[in-house]
Amino acid sequence: MIELIKVIKENSINCINSINNINSVNFSTENHMPSVIVNNITKQYGKKKDLVQALKGVSFEVQQGELFGIIGPDGAGKTSLFRILTTLLLPDGGTASVDGLDVVKDFKAIRHRVGYMPGRFSLYQDLTIEENLEFFATIFNTTVKDNYDLIKEIYSQIEPFKNRRAGKLSGGMKQKLALSCALIHKPSVLFLDEPTTGVDAVSRKEFWEMLRSLKRQGITILVSTPYMDEAGMCDRVALMQNGEVLSVDSPEGVIDAFKQPLVAVKDNNMLQLLNDLQRYEGVKDAYPFGEYHHVVLNNGFSASAVQQYLQQHNYHQPEVKTIRADIEDCFIALMKSA
Amino acid sequence: MRTLRFLLQKEFRQIFRDPSIIRIIFMMPSIQLLILPWAADYEVKNIHLSVVDHDHSQYARQMVNKITSSGYFILQDYSGSYNNAMEQIEHDKADLVLEIPAGFEKKLIKENESTLFMAINAINGVKANLGGAYLRSIIQDYNREVRMKWIQLPRFSPELQIEVTASNWFNPLMNYKIFMVPGILVVLVTMVGAFLASLNIVREKEIGTIEQINVTPVKKYHFILGKLIPFWILGLLILSIGLTIARVAYGIIPAGSLLVIYTFAAVYLLAVLGLGLLLSTYTSNQQQAMLLSFFMMMVFILLSGLYTSIDSMPGWAQVVTKFNPVTYFIEVMRMVVLKGSGLKDISTHLFTVLGFAVALNTWAVINYKKRS
Repeated sequence: MIELIKVIKENSINCINSINNINSVNFSTENHMPSVIVNNITKQYGKKKDLVQALKGVSFEVQQGELFGIIGPDGAGKTSLFRILTTLLLPDGGTASVDGLDVVKDFKAIRHRVGYMPGRFSLYQDLTIEENLEFFATIFNTTVKDNYDLIKEIYSQIEPFKNRRAGKLSGGMKQKLALSCALIHKPSVLFLDEPTTGVDAVSRKEFWEMLRSLKRQGITILVSTPYMDEAGMCDRVALMQNGEVLSVDSPEGVIDAFKQPLVAVKDNNMLQLLNDLQRYEGVKDAYPFGEYHHVVLNNGFSASAVQQYLQQHNYHQPEVKTIRADIEDCFIALMKSA
Repeated sequence: MRTLRFLLQKEFRQIFRDPSIIRIIFMMPSIQLLILPWAADYEVKNIHLSVVDHDHSQYARQMVNKITSSGYFILQDYSGSYNNAMEQIEHDKADLVLEIPAGFEKKLIKENESTLFMAINAINGVKANLGGAYLRSIIQDYNREVRMKWIQLPRFSPELQIEVTASNWFNPLMNYKIFMVPGILVVLVTMVGAFLASLNIVREKEIGTIEQINVTPVKKYHFILGKLIPFWILGLLILSIGLTIARVAYGIIPAGSLLVIYTFAAVYLLAVLGLGLLLSTYTSNQQQAMLLSFFMMMVFILLSGLYTSIDSMPGWAQVVTKFNPVTYFIEVMRMVVLKGSGLKDISTHLFTVLGFAVALNTWAVINYKKRS
């Protein structure tokens, strides 16, 4: 729980608004054969004593050309899932296919078609930007020139520094280089494992815009992220926790599924306020959310009831307002009920 | 082929961009070859001798003079008490005590024989053994001299004497450097071949770049060849540097053909590179690889016949040396450099090492997985 709160706090709320505005539902169109099918995948690590069940029967489908987000806290199993789908890891059970190819049997063919950007920067730090890009183009049997238009938008931003070694780049530039390298062979499915972790708010926004424009080129994109506010940028999101998928829906669908009344409360002494709110019978859940506390009420309670309760407890001017649930509120509710 | 070319290009770029690797590659052989052979010498010198003289006769003094003038011994002290000499040994100031009994000269002249007592500090086994042997042979020599003086030359020698003279083949002056330098060079080539290569691969694991390579359609053998070839070349380069140093600094010119050395080295490097590759598949970070390399290197050096003769090892150790590729290369190096052996003479060695190369590489390739 504490972890969850931390995740929310880390996120700048400013981002959410802008992201929600851009969000549009236009996932497409041409052909509805699923690009990625995950069916009851299980994976465990370790031996008898310290056995970790990383994936406990995960299933979902991703349509072609979709921007699909996998959201979950650290340790939810996101990376394991990506490693299985990119044929780096063998699943213990279940089946999965990428682009119609089985991840266990047809792994060789899959490697030609997927792009993978691991969470950790893993290009050659002692090679320059240009050398890295050329190297990855070559081992995919293509050239930078052939697919330049695909990466142009991203690569042109770092091209002025192309003779700089990758190890000497800033975080944002490393990320752009990694994305360019993952794209250089024109993959049909792109896997991005926590691409925005450790990146500043502006670069994060920029990065999501890059993904939107890639999506327009028809590439299926799977992104994992621990930041819930990024969910709004995806066509559909899967919420993962402890190796299980809690829900798969469009961001709107997730919000619509939130039925309980929700209020935002603010006063001078926020810590005391939170404690008092949690003691109130009408409160199902209360948690800090930026400069407010978000309070999920049981059905039948309302903002005015909360106001009344607080005034009884010597709060003079508490600010209480009814708000529409945000995607983060929905995820917090889902995680707590799981 | 194009992929392989690019893998190689990348590998060389990385190697030559890492200044510490360059330094290691060129400095290590130079320093080791210029310094180690001077120290790694079997000849025991500077043996500290403590003489306890109860006799104070002319013969005793002559004998001690002869001993100290041999160059092997340093006269630590010359006293009249055995206890005093023992103290010197206890303080590690003396390695040998030679006690000359009272009436040594008198007995020798009157009774034609006399005894001496020798006490050896055996903490350093090699020094004790050799020191004792040197001292004994010097005393025997002195004994003969004394006898020669007394014997009035008769017409026919009344006693038969077998005198042994030795000549050292292939290394007439018994110069240990000629013997050690090729051996040290082999160890150097092994280190570069096996351990630099394994560290390099493990480093890719550690940084995570191997993951990025593994999702690409790069073929297993391409990747492995891309790793082996650069270090194969580096190994041969080090061998060349080493041979040059041996020639310039020690005047060691191989009696045999360089071609034989390079042919063997080429095959040998395949074997040790296979070993390096194998190590890298069993370790997941540089620290593990380093420790494992260290352990292997110790075993390799001590059981290779570099310092100690294999023939004097116990049976089981001799069996172990048969599985140590370093043994074969050291033997071949010494055979070619000192004796001038040709390809035909080393063919058994060559094929054995080729066998190692095939076995180790196959094992490594099977064990190297692109997925877990």
